[in-house]
Amino acid sequence: MSYKAKFRVWRGEGGEGRLEDFTVEVNEGEVVLDILHRLQATQAPDLAVRWNCKAGKCGSCSMEINGKPRLGCMTRMSTFAQDEVITVTPMRTFPVIKDLVCDVSFNYAKAREIPSFTPPAGVRPGEYRMQQVDVERSQEFRKCIECFMCNNVCHVIRDHEENKPAFAGPRFLMRIAELDMHPYDVADRQEAAQKEHGLGYCNITKCCTEVCPEHIKITDNALIPMKERVVDRKYDPLVWLGNKIFRRPK
Amino acid sequence: MSQTTAEPAARKQRAKISERTLRTDQWWRYPLVTFIIFTGFLVYSFWAIFDGSYWAEPYLAPFSAPCLATSCPEGATLFGFTPLGDWYTLPPALVILAFPAGFRFTCYYYRKAYYRGFWLSPPACAVNEPHKKYTGESRFPLILQNVHRYFFYAAIVVGLILAYEAVVALVHKPIGLGTWILLFNAVWINLYTASCHSCRHITAGRLNHFSKHPLRYKLWTVVSKLNAKHQELALISMFTVMGADFYVRLVAKGVINFPWA
Amino acid sequence: MEIERHEYDVVVIGAGGAGLRAAIEARQQGKRTAIVCKSLFGKAHTVMAEGGAAAAMGNVNPSDNWQVHFRDTMRGGKFLNNWRMAELHAKEAPDRIYELEAWGALFDRTKDGKISQRNFGGHEYPRLAHVGDRTGLELIRTLQQRVVALQQEDYDKHGDYEAYIKVFAECTVTRLLKDGDRIAGAFGYWRESGSFVVFDAPAVVLATGGIGKSYTVTSNSWEYTGDGHALALLAGAKLINMEFIQFHPTGMVWPPSVRGILVTESVRGDGGVLRNSLGERFMFNYIPEVFKDKYATTEEEADRWYTDQANNRRPPELLPRDEVARAINAEVKAGRGSPQGGVYLDVSTRLSAEEIRRRLPSMYHQFKELADVDITTEPMQVGPTCHYIMGGVEVDADTGAAAVPGLFAAGEVSGGMHGSNRLGGNSLSDLLVFGRRAGLGAVEYVNGLAARPKVDEADVAAARTEALAPLERTGENPYEVHQELQRSMNDLVGIIRKAEEIQEALQVIEKLKERVKLVGAAGGRIYNPGWHLCLDLRNMLLVSECVARAALMREESRGGHTRDDYPSMDPQWRRKLLVCSTEDGSSIRVEEQLQPPMRKDLFELFELSELKKYLTDEELSA
Repeated sequence: MSYKAKFRVWRGEGGEGRLEDFTVEVNEGEVVLDILHRLQATQAPDLAVRWNCKAGKCGSCSMEINGKPRLGCMTRMSTFAQDEVITVTPMRTFPVIKDLVCDVSFNYAKAREIPSFTPPAGVRPGEYRMQQVDVERSQEFRKCIECFMCNNVCHVIRDHEENKPAFAGPRFLMRIAELDMHPYDVADRQEAAQKEHGLGYCNITKCCTEVCPEHIKITDNALIPMKERVVDRKYDPLVWLGNKIFRRPK
Repeated sequence: MSQTTAEPAARKQRAKISERTLRTDQWWRYPLVTFIIFTGFLVYSFWAIFDGSYWAEPYLAPFSAPCLATSCPEGATLFGFTPLGDWYTLPPALVILAFPAGFRFTCYYYRKAYYRGFWLSPPACAVNEPHKKYTGESRFPLILQNVHRYFFYAAIVVGLILAYEAVVALVHKPIGLGTWILLFNAVWINLYTASCHSCRHITAGRLNHFSKHPLRYKLWTVVSKLNAKHQELALISMFTVMGADFYVRLVAKGVINFPWA
Repeated sequence: MEIERHEYDVVVIGAGGAGLRAAIEARQQGKRTAIVCKSLFGKAHTVMAEGGAAAAMGNVNPSDNWQVHFRDTMRGGKFLNNWRMAELHAKEAPDRIYELEAWGALFDRTKDGKISQRNFGGHEYPRLAHVGDRTGLELIRTLQQRVVALQQEDYDKHGDYEAYIKVFAECTVTRLLKDGDRIAGAFGYWRESGSFVVFDAPAVVLATGGIGKSYTVTSNSWEYTGDGHALALLAGAKLINMEFIQFHPTGMVWPPSVRGILVTESVRGDGGVLRNSLGERFMFNYIPEVFKDKYATTEEEADRWYTDQANNRRPPELLPRDEVARAINAEVKAGRGSPQGGVYLDVSTRLSAEEIRRRLPSMYHQFKELADVDITTEPMQVGPTCHYIMGGVEVDADTGAAAVPGLFAAGEVSGGMHGSNRLGGNSLSDLLVFGRRAGLGAVEYVNGLAARPKVDEADVAAARTEALAPLERTGENPYEVHQELQRSMNDLVGIIRKAEEIQEALQVIEKLKERVKLVGAAGGRIYNPGWHLCLDLRNMLLVSECVARAALMREESRGGHTRDDYPSMDPQWRRKLLVCSTEDGSSIRVEEQLQPPMRKDLFELFELSELKKYLTDEELSA
């Protein structure tokens, strides 16, 4: 069952560009990325689109399809009506290089700002003993394929470029939560989560969770628990008092 | 040693797309419905606070429970406990409602919903928000949302009181429709309270080694299951409490007056 | 035009498991290291590996040790493996896994808190360290985060994250540069801007992965265009074992656009069974003679094995991949396939829905979202897909050094370790073990140099001209040439091969070589995929010719090379490796080369009766 679909694809370099119209063949079982590849092979050989595995595992083909952040390889054409015009644009939050390809270096810069896994001194490789229940929470966050759609959709930086220096984005706040919950991590991350990585900017409107292709419950399982951990440290007078009196070691 | 070519200025630009959103679905439904429901709830609450008919033996309207002023009718007080004394003549709901209201106001679900529905920050995912500046909960006043946990402690007490009042009603009038409405409401209110994110944190979320605290971990798994339905529980309990409250007031006003009401 | 230049001690091409592990090692040894990769950092094809990393840690079954792992690897490769590599691999894999854990990896655990291990085809004991079915992602992320950790160390010390290790992402190397016979650097282009870049470096580690994009039905991503294989050839190194390509038995077959995408072997390891359209569990009919005593012969015994592995033999679904792939191929050819040309793989009858979602989460989503199939209630349709090339750059087992001084290779791009067929789970551990060794090898090589080699500017100019050529032509569409190559390789040098068909493929390749000279790219230099494909075509053609020529020459069937006209395994051929090289940069020469005999103590790990199946009498008497 093939038919001709109407596509509008954003094309341009730097920031300048426009939506271009295409009519292109669609076959059964295809996804949006297949259609973009067909455009490359038949009508626009220099159409830039970033992709790799085409199986939803690498997180390269992040784009916005009919305004929603999606992976091109996981968006089936059968989810659209045949007469629907399908609009494909690059992610809005990051600078565009060409067509659908964005410069996502913001994310790599943020990744570097988060102190790495810090095991306690004296535990040698091979001596780690962890229970499954203790690693499961962090394992969920490690399913992240770094498509950066959560950072793209988050209005804190999507609508406010000026917040970028102060806000790590859901992806990396989740990374902090992952490390903070790691049974062997000894670094103190709670203060920094708020002071340096902008946890307080998050107003838990859950768009990161909505767009996550790995279905990670970013808000409920990472961001809110992290906020609660910060409350423990900063806003709980009982804990504060306890620390004053007993001088609990970190 | 290494020189990197200068990056052309044009490269640092976002794609210029003038539309606020390219979403084609009905993204405005969620904020709109939220706005309507919450506004309705606010209007009702405001009315309920100042409505004097909150006591219909043995039912006490949940919005006014517990009644802590001397002006409260006999039987409506909690073990006759009236710390407010007789100088207090304002509606009793004004005092007590601050706690559940604060709990809901700082609740992570309600925050999401009203940030979207009232403040449009953002109205929906991938739809631009209308504000020029945004600092979220990183500074005053929204940084105060972090007090949620204390409202949670208070909410436990309020939840238990509602349950107690319902049980009292059960003792006095086991075959009264109001009794069962109050019981039904108490169950949902307490489920909502237990499903709170702060509750999840306190049970065991704050721990890094579940395996060393098997009991707390079990509790956490139960709370986590409830927590996954936090939004649903928040809305259901909102309607049950409003419904129960309204029912009691109608009985008190004599609008509803069949024998087993 | 000014060309960007960088000076490094070690340049690693490829940022998958092997590349990152090599780079980490080089940096840990104090060398200034560049990682150059075609994709973004952390997107490499390693993320596609699902099942796990094989390492004889003995956490689940304490009888496991490196000797057993070594034996399994040699058997899986039909004794064609470079035995030294197989030995090093089996011995060092556990340490490489433990090391990952110290860098933050979170593997699934056993009850007593150790790293859990799962069963896999060809492995005698549960041996694969895993994280659900996304082990490759865990591995790449851990290594990526280790690189970041090292950069943070450098930042604290030198104020520059990239002082000692820098990632050049979305940068493609098109030529290795030499000074006389030694490596002097590499030439490439930025995908983003189309501008050129030259790396001055005495040592280059190739870690570019495989060649799957020369085939239509493949589990490989677009990057797998045989770049490293071709770069090595063009630099004067040799490729071995290129005829051995692993067709993974279970790729998706429907819908067409996802044809080839991998269905992890863990599905079978966790209880999935294969059935044909008649509902028969056909694998029982395909147990080869050499494995007869190791696999169950009845369904009852096979079923018992999942709960009692000590007293039962394993189900034949867990035979090495080449056997299973051939069996599926044969069933489909005999008309017992599914409507869409595969067979049925069913895990729903064996595990509860919840268990399936927990153990195979990404498979569940993959089928749900791409094929609208719920694997907790219905079977999957699967068929063979081009998955892995056993062949690659001939390297020294201990250091990863290729024949060209200064050139090293690790991972899929290197050859020898897996012999004629790779066991599932051995690739991830291969990446770690030999990635580290190649990194070390490069460091030692650089330390031993009296003077840094110098890049010849004429070579840079030539590489630049070569790279720009497609942009200056308005010739044929590269996508069409690519598709024709894929079709020919898929149909003519696929899972079952015949002399006439391979010859036909070689003729097609000759014609395509002429056409590639004429392909042109429309558009500019900024992120132009058409242009990039034009440049990749050179590599794919070179590698495809190696595969075809070696496949034509090897007149026997073994592992990932099945000849319809020579269906049996021949001990005489076991001793011989086929070595590819090129002199003029476009035509391939293949020569036979004798394998060095296995060390005596390793021989003694096997029973004589087993060795008899593989080795010649002459070898046995010696």
